[in-house]
Amino acid sequence: MSPPGGPKGEYPRAQPEGTPVSSVASAEMLERRPTRSPLAKFLESHGQELVLLAALVVIFVAVGLYNPRFLGSNNLNAIFAGNAYIAVAAIGMSLVIISGHIDVSVGALIGVLATIAGTLAVKGYSPWVCWAVPVLCGMVVNAFIGVLVAYARIPSIVVTLGMLSVLKGGLISVTGGAWISNLPQDFLIAQMRLFGMPSPIWFMLILTAVMALWMKYSGAGRAIYAIGGNGDAARAVGIPIERGTVLVFAFHGFFAGLAALLLATQLQVIQSTVPNGLELSIITASVIGGVSILGGTGTVIGSTLAAILFAAIGSALIFVNVSAYWLRSVVGLLILVTVLADMARRGRIN
Amino acid sequence: MANVVGSLNPESPADAPAANAVVELIGISKSFGPVKVLKDVSFDVRPGEVHALLGENGAGKSTLIKIIAGVHEPDGGSLKVAGEAVRFRSPREARRRGVSTVYQELLLFPELTVAENIFLGHAPRLAWGGLDWATMRSQARKLLDSLDSHDLDVSAKVVNLSVANRQRVEIAKALSQDARVLIMDEPTASLAEADVRRLMLVVKALRARGVAIIYVSHRMPEIFELADRVTVLRDGGFVGTKAIGEVDRSMLVSMMVGRSLDQMFPKVHPTLGPVVLELRDVSHHREVQHASLSVRAGEILGIAGLVGSGRTELALTIFGITPATSGEILLEGRPVKIDSPKTGRDLGISYVPEDRGLQGLVKSMTIRENVSLANLRRMSRGLLIRFAEEVRVAREAIKSLGVRTRGPEQRARELSGGNQQKVVIAKWLEVGPKVLILDEPTRGIDVGAKAEIYALMGRLTQQGLAIIMISSELPEVLGMSDRVLVMNAGAIVATFDRAEATPAAVGAAMMRVEMAAAA
Repeated sequence: MSPPGGPKGEYPRAQPEGTPVSSVASAEMLERRPTRSPLAKFLESHGQELVLLAALVVIFVAVGLYNPRFLGSNNLNAIFAGNAYIAVAAIGMSLVIISGHIDVSVGALIGVLATIAGTLAVKGYSPWVCWAVPVLCGMVVNAFIGVLVAYARIPSIVVTLGMLSVLKGGLISVTGGAWISNLPQDFLIAQMRLFGMPSPIWFMLILTAVMALWMKYSGAGRAIYAIGGNGDAARAVGIPIERGTVLVFAFHGFFAGLAALLLATQLQVIQSTVPNGLELSIITASVIGGVSILGGTGTVIGSTLAAILFAAIGSALIFVNVSAYWLRSVVGLLILVTVLADMARRGRIN
Repeated sequence: MANVVGSLNPESPADAPAANAVVELIGISKSFGPVKVLKDVSFDVRPGEVHALLGENGAGKSTLIKIIAGVHEPDGGSLKVAGEAVRFRSPREARRRGVSTVYQELLLFPELTVAENIFLGHAPRLAWGGLDWATMRSQARKLLDSLDSHDLDVSAKVVNLSVANRQRVEIAKALSQDARVLIMDEPTASLAEADVRRLMLVVKALRARGVAIIYVSHRMPEIFELADRVTVLRDGGFVGTKAIGEVDRSMLVSMMVGRSLDQMFPKVHPTLGPVVLELRDVSHHREVQHASLSVRAGEILGIAGLVGSGRTELALTIFGITPATSGEILLEGRPVKIDSPKTGRDLGISYVPEDRGLQGLVKSMTIRENVSLANLRRMSRGLLIRFAEEVRVAREAIKSLGVRTRGPEQRARELSGGNQQKVVIAKWLEVGPKVLILDEPTRGIDVGAKAEIYALMGRLTQQGLAIIMISSELPEVLGMSDRVLVMNAGAIVATFDRAEATPAAVGAAMMRVEMAAAA
């Protein structure tokens, strides 16, 4: 930055004492000046993540005390590795919601991509082909959604509702909901381990970390927040919001593709249908993770923590002998509480 | 400005409340949050008079008529209707007392018929409670005939009517509720010339019937033709009430804008540099027509004009949001093609928009993030933003612009209007502009922050920045500008040097009146 005529960073200082209203200004200053501790600042900017983390700790400690088998490696594996695909998909969903849009077709897309992966695998293609093709397909389909949203200016809810039906109907018509079995062992990526830890957990941790850093520290990440926070202002500073929107959807398709692989290769068979309510689980993880449905705020760390939290709650209900059907109600309550808290924070309600 | 007209306590006979006043305001005050929009306003309106209410944009006219109409409750003072103190809690209560309003944006139901709209909420009933359609239609007919609108079909849907006819429906609706006081908010703003004539006949007819009319308008010829008395507001304060025979046009304009300008506007006079930006015959469709202007380094070029005169559209064309459809733009002598805000930004043109909430701030972001937003590329190394640099720049901006905040990590939405505006200006200074366009830079911010922004503008011009300032506040334009352009209906209609730019001359050009003084 260099204002004309002056050396770098030297615009003149304000001199409020010269103005007729300095008393007003200084009163306001007194009221706003007190600096807060670094801890308080950290709490304010990461409130949602900390709440989720605390909730996770409480659940693991409480249920672990009640029934130690809850903390057994089998169960932890089921919670973390078995639900990592939701967390991975929620990363992409978070980007979409942060940029001010929504995608309700992602569950159907994951179902289609899982079927594509399985079909290729059974036909004997190499694992790399079976992994790459669905991810690319996901990116292409969602980039197309992004084009309709950004350039044709159709609301994303409308586009993705349409896409939901297209994908769901198309899948059931083509496959008849058949099971795909006899999957080759070297295709089953979700059952692989690295340094003793199941690969889905690696995927979840690495992708979350990379995307969290990217969203926070890259210019592109900042632009995504700006597009969702105030599109007109973003456009006025020269951010290409149409291209940005398409890019966000393409990213989202990439994560949907990975999520499809992790889901498809958990077991030895793939059912070629759309997992029931999957898109809701993914959207819910994003929203409870602190991604405001109004756009412009949230983090992918939050969405990943939220995805794990649901898995933990679902598992905990079983261990304390409560019907797992309650999970939906509990999650629903969490959504309402989170949205209310979000609105209270924004001063929309008292 | 030698003669500041209108003291706070003039003792002219036009000012003394009449015994038979149908509306009387005594010391009305109103604040929205910390902003005082009306301060101790007192005047009265008599039966059978047209009482014009005059003031600049933001002078408090709209708030005042909304208080009389029952939309807002005053914080202080009292309102009397027909001699009785009232406290309206809703427009409905006001209507019951005979106070009706015809707003600028007409509030009709487009899918209902003329008769239904007129009698909505107080339709004539049959003995068993059903709607009495026959009576409704015949009464609607009678009302419209009394407004000389014999051609208007009472069974026509409102959606098919012209603006002028809709306005007559609104007036008929007011009369159907036995309005004794009719408030008209800029009734001719969207009418064609012939319709204006008809409306004025209607207003005169209503006056002859004894209806009191509060008439808000910018248009001087109408005011002199219609009004019996005129009340002028300025900055929410009462300036004076005069009988129309006591005033002339220039006196009214100086009542609207008059104040001592020097203390508020510490005008500096830097030596002007070369021409930075030049427009030659630039148009954007019909919104901007054949605009030619130039602005020099260190100069503040003020653009005055009424809302809708094409000022903002001109700015958007220069900045590239609505690119020029014809004409030539030269930056530092070189012809440039500005086809998007990105091009405008990269060429060194910054635009601080009229509405900081819409186009300026990302309120969910922190000050740091907002300040660097227009400059992300220069703030980054490779893919990543240089965080420390970003923080440093934000702190610098907070200090140099005097933003009152806890620090760079405070979210923009938590700041007051004036501080938000400083953040938007800081953002646009970060790109190192050659030309800074400020569109209504002080709208909706308090006096203190205003003075700070004026001071900042002075310092920036001393550093050689060229500033184009669009403003609806005449004192601001006159106080800050080295030259003043006046826009009217998309075209630049007058140019004044600082010395020639008197309130009367600029005001007259704004109001589409022949200019005597200029040349």
